[in-house]
Amino acid sequence: MSTLAVDRDEAPLIRLAGLRVSFGGPADAVCDVSFALQPGRALAIVGESGSGKSVTARTLVGLTGGRARVGVDRYEYRGRDVSALHDREWRRLRGKEIGFVTQDALVSLDQLRPVGKEVGEGPRLHGEAGSRAQLRARVVSLLRDVGVPEPELKARQLPHELSGGQRQRALIAAALALDPALLIADEPTTALDVTIQAQVLELLEATRERGKALIIISHDLAVVSRMADDVLVMRYGEVVERGPADAVFGDPQHAYTRKLLDAVPSAHSRGARLSPSSAPRLATASSDDRTHVAERVGGFDGPLLRATGLFKSFRGPDRVSRTVVQDVSFELGVGETLGIVGESGSGKSTTARLVLALERPDAGTVELAGKPWSQLAERERRSRRQDVSVIYQDPLSSFDPRWPIERIVRDSVDKSHIGDGRARVGELLDLVGLERSLRHRRPLELSGGQRQRVAIARAIAVDPAVLVCDEPVSALDVSIQAQVLDLLADLRDELGVSLLFISHDLGVVHHLSDRVLVMKDGIVVEQGLADDVFLRPQHPYTQHLVAAVPRLEVEAPRVAA
Amino acid sequence: MSTIAIDAPGAAGAARIGALLRSLPVGVRIAGAIVALYLLAAVLPGLLQPHDPFATDLDAALQGPSVAHPFGTDQSGRDVLSRVIEGTRQSLAIGVGATALSFVFALALGIAAGLGGKLVDGAINRFLEVLFAFPILFVALLFVAVFGQSVTTQIIAVAIGTAPGYARIIRGQFLTVKGSAYVEAARAVGHSYGKIVRQHVFPNAMRPLVVMFTLGVGQAIVWASGLAFLGLGVAPPSPEWGALLDAGRAYVTSAWWLELTPGLAIVVFALSVTIVGRHVQERLEGKVKVQPL
Repeated sequence: MSTLAVDRDEAPLIRLAGLRVSFGGPADAVCDVSFALQPGRALAIVGESGSGKSVTARTLVGLTGGRARVGVDRYEYRGRDVSALHDREWRRLRGKEIGFVTQDALVSLDQLRPVGKEVGEGPRLHGEAGSRAQLRARVVSLLRDVGVPEPELKARQLPHELSGGQRQRALIAAALALDPALLIADEPTTALDVTIQAQVLELLEATRERGKALIIISHDLAVVSRMADDVLVMRYGEVVERGPADAVFGDPQHAYTRKLLDAVPSAHSRGARLSPSSAPRLATASSDDRTHVAERVGGFDGPLLRATGLFKSFRGPDRVSRTVVQDVSFELGVGETLGIVGESGSGKSTTARLVLALERPDAGTVELAGKPWSQLAERERRSRRQDVSVIYQDPLSSFDPRWPIERIVRDSVDKSHIGDGRARVGELLDLVGLERSLRHRRPLELSGGQRQRVAIARAIAVDPAVLVCDEPVSALDVSIQAQVLDLLADLRDELGVSLLFISHDLGVVHHLSDRVLVMKDGIVVEQGLADDVFLRPQHPYTQHLVAAVPRLEVEAPRVAA
Repeated sequence: MSTIAIDAPGAAGAARIGALLRSLPVGVRIAGAIVALYLLAAVLPGLLQPHDPFATDLDAALQGPSVAHPFGTDQSGRDVLSRVIEGTRQSLAIGVGATALSFVFALALGIAAGLGGKLVDGAINRFLEVLFAFPILFVALLFVAVFGQSVTTQIIAVAIGTAPGYARIIRGQFLTVKGSAYVEAARAVGHSYGKIVRQHVFPNAMRPLVVMFTLGVGQAIVWASGLAFLGLGVAPPSPEWGALLDAGRAYVTSAWWLELTPGLAIVVFALSVTIVGRHVQERLEGKVKVQPL
């Protein structure tokens, strides 16, 4: 197997050949991974969950874990064989030569230790701390280098006192503390808001420009395409495609790479299907019992849903009242999709809860088909609740853990009085592309994509006029996300359901929405047609947001639906 | 979970029970066997007793362990092992009864706090905090002192002592389930409050209580023996374990087996029940645990 970029003059910093990792299961977690990497270059390993990319990363620094069986034909660091190092020798190499940034900064930092302690850990362990004052100065300068504001203060604070982006930077600072020649970052921007993600990516970019080698593990093709010189695409532990980033993204050779690229929703994918035609798709809705939403609200030609001047504030544990939603107004037409985008804390989920009448607005009203909705007493509203349905980001927690799939869907079916209960459950499962044989399984036994399909089946069982989707694809792999987005689009087109689609992902929202609302700190800063808002943003915040989105640098030729 | 063996009749059922037993860790199997032995001793003590537990023989008083009396004899020459076996029924009755009664108190308080809204919750919480701050052992002692020493007063006294802790856990359970996403989803579907409470909140909040109960039984027996040791247990000559401990106290320097035997009975039982309970808990909760992505 040819290693990448061997023709370059410089000797590779790290050279790996034939890496295999097994956890005792039937299949290897990682199977025959090889690459070489020069200083100042970035290698990206991309893949979906279970592809073995994180296992590969951890193995590179000797952290695979006790149960793993690791085999490698050749593993050299600076020309030295490191394939058979002991724990103790790894500890000497880790941090000093190879920096490792773990994913999920919130759990990777010790909640009870000041951030500065964590950052200074490397120098301390490797006996390079010097005096306490010297170490403190070094920690502060490291934090400053990675762009943490007020580094003197933050170094003394605990992780929960820092924002998500600051924590991720602190982790990177800790990895850079000993000035390692190679930095490995495992999903460094997952769970970060897009503007924070952009800052972290810039930081990594700057590190590379200082001559460091970089290995980035990510599921996000756009992030990778921006950073990487070379790319490995992994699936089920195997490398399915490799090469320079331009080539892999511009002219993908392997069907899986192409599928991944096609699955990325963006402005370009509007109106097109994201998943291959072989994926389960919406069965034609044929039940006569179902009334098409447009007919049901017939005779009324105003907007289906109208929110006017919504306000909502909550009192925090410190008894200070915070306004989470301020003067939010919008309309949603029949069969229309309204996207709400915003970063964490922008009030988009609270807006969803107000629409669902799970919270009562402090001021303002929500009307449904021209009739009062948010002002109703719960008792009066209950009989109409079926008109507004919801799917969540985490379907698992929205299912009663004791119930099998059948019962979960049946519970909604019985509420709708449409058709015969048992048969209708089967119909709904068909509709969302789930095999009927899964009906006796429990949600825990299903994959993430299947769970979200169950949630959708339950949501549409009551034949809603409006489907509120609160981050419905944020926890899904890109190819599964593509299937779920396709399913939602089909439901909208076939059943005429209106979607209120909430997401932090601008690409996803742009792909699906007709109109868009951009929220920041509880305020709608901009709204309009999706293309106008995303392609010609007017408000500075929207411009900032749009600019921060990493894009696939090369647009793959898209297969028309 | 519990239907595994019940609905399979005959040989198939036996085979499944066998398979279930083989799937258990050795420690849990041993603990289960010990618990079964205690239950047997409670139901049919005569089957296990080498001697009549009430037959006195002053010539054989305060003898150390021997072949005839593996755990020695007491000051009246009664066989200690037989007396401990005789006391099993009362001690287990106290353990189970006190835990059950404690759960009744705790459920009433916990459910009211969990479902009753902010005001009720606040009031019950303050009440529980007062109980926690109060030396609850003292209240239990007072109760026994006033109402006399019997199995019934023991049960009530121990229940008083343990109920506040359970009430707090149950309250937490109800609040957690009430705030869960699946309860919210049920609201969004349009179910009434009553139906949601019946259908989701109750069954899910009660799930861990089964296990808590088994763990509580062992604990209650330890509590009761504490009371007995302070002289407020079941009145002698009853061979309830705590009472035996109390009776042996006077001879602790000369006849150590009088203290050791009932003490061992308590420790081994509490330990075994706890091991079984924990295993059941892991089995049940392992299935509910959310896998990290």
